[in-house]
Amino acid sequence: MATYFTKDHEWVRIDGDIATVGITDYAQSQLGDVVYVELPEIGKELKKGDEAAVVESVKAASEVFAPISGTVEGINAGLVDQPAAINEAAEGAGWFLRLVVADKGELSGLMDESTYRNYLETL
Amino acid sequence: MADARESEAQNSAAADSLLETPLATLHRALGARMVPFAGYAMPVQYPAGILAEHNWTRESAGLFDVSHMGQAFLEGPDHATTARALEALTPGDFLNLAPGRIRYTLLTTAEGGIIDDLMVTRPAGADADGTLFLVVNAARKAIDYAHIAANLPDGVTLRPVEDRALLALQGPLAAAVLARHVPGAETMGFMTAADTAFDGIPVAISRSGYTGEDGYEISVAAAEAEAVARALLDEEEVKPIGLGARDSLRLEAGLCLYGHDIDEATSPAEADLGFAVPKRRRAEGGFPGAGRILAEFADGPARLRVGIQPDGRAPAREGTEIRDASGTLVGLVTSGGFGPTAGGPVAMGYVAADASEAGTPLTLSVRGKDLAARVVPLPFVPHRYFRKTSS
Repeated sequence: MATYFTKDHEWVRIDGDIATVGITDYAQSQLGDVVYVELPEIGKELKKGDEAAVVESVKAASEVFAPISGTVEGINAGLVDQPAAINEAAEGAGWFLRLVVADKGELSGLMDESTYRNYLETL
Repeated sequence: MADARESEAQNSAAADSLLETPLATLHRALGARMVPFAGYAMPVQYPAGILAEHNWTRESAGLFDVSHMGQAFLEGPDHATTARALEALTPGDFLNLAPGRIRYTLLTTAEGGIIDDLMVTRPAGADADGTLFLVVNAARKAIDYAHIAANLPDGVTLRPVEDRALLALQGPLAAAVLARHVPGAETMGFMTAADTAFDGIPVAISRSGYTGEDGYEISVAAAEAEAVARALLDEEEVKPIGLGARDSLRLEAGLCLYGHDIDEATSPAEADLGFAVPKRRRAEGGFPGAGRILAEFADGPARLRVGIQPDGRAPAREGTEIRDASGTLVGLVTSGGFGPTAGGPVAMGYVAADASEAGTPLTLSVRGKDLAARVVPLPFVPHRYFRKTSS
């Protein structure tokens, strides 16, 4: 399974035709305590760059953008009651949604893990 | 993912010109995340995070740096002269303010709006007759000082203090902790002040604050501020708390934040600040905007600041539109977010008077979706100010 990253600090893990999407550990550390998550409806079609979800910390609301186009196939409904899971395991159990990938060609515009970690050093 | 409000670009753009408080070095040593606030680089949070800091303050004692706020002395030949000079600018009763006591008051415009909210102390010292001590909001101090100075009678002057820090120690264990350094602090009444010493360092302390908890504010010379802060942080009950938790604490306590819940377009009656306009001033008037303000207290204002409890868990932020049961726009959220102690979203905002009764159903427009909410009594978390029991 390959994992890709956006400069907006989303990650997307590809398993066959399914893409799992979340925010990076860096993103959760910048947000601080997450208190609310709004997830998309299953079946929603997202274009790359569309607002896929909303994550709210104590202080502010932030959008999570779709890193790749696709149809929402699943959501991590447990986050609604346990939004702190995003702070505890942003790149694991704190995933947001799963997409059926529309076009794997879009992945070529994303960063691999080492490129993303290097990118963080520049911020 | 995009942060909606505190963009790094905005932070760095303003960083060059930011002022620092005497505790800036300490904040950075403690790992604070510094953000621009009212022209100052201020700690928004420390590594523990806003939720932990909020909860710590409610359960133990939190130390806040509020040195960005303005401290100033209003000085005249005798108490009556100085008190009357301030009464010409505010609806407070300062003639009857006893030595060592503090009042919350408002600078009002001729139209009945609010220039700022502030704390006024009458120092108790024998040589302090004719002096009042003011603490004003950081973002308003230049405006306040110019307004006050331009409207003083001969013989009364405003003397801003630039070489002092201001700390706030807030929480249920604040009194026990402070008493180790300031013997007798634990017996001070709510909204009283004393010039005293903290481990030998001269300080002015007041039993007040803006979190809804018991606590103190400590005014100290800038050069001694870090020593006082470190001595308090060495106490196991005390942790440093940033502006993030200060905001969630005061919101749960139902306290107004200037520039958000009150401003020059809101009147004291609309803001539900009737306690800041005591009986004598209501009878006599004679303060800026008295005509409108007293009429609104008598007849009820057209709109009113209320507590708003959204159903569900989505926070309603400042600027959220508020509609009544028939879909009519009745106001805007002025402060809103997640209340850690309340355990869910909390907000304050203005609604039409006929939608202001507790229990009134409202609809909030959050990111294009309608969320159900209702008017609730303030505060969201009961105040725990220190009250002396008569004995």
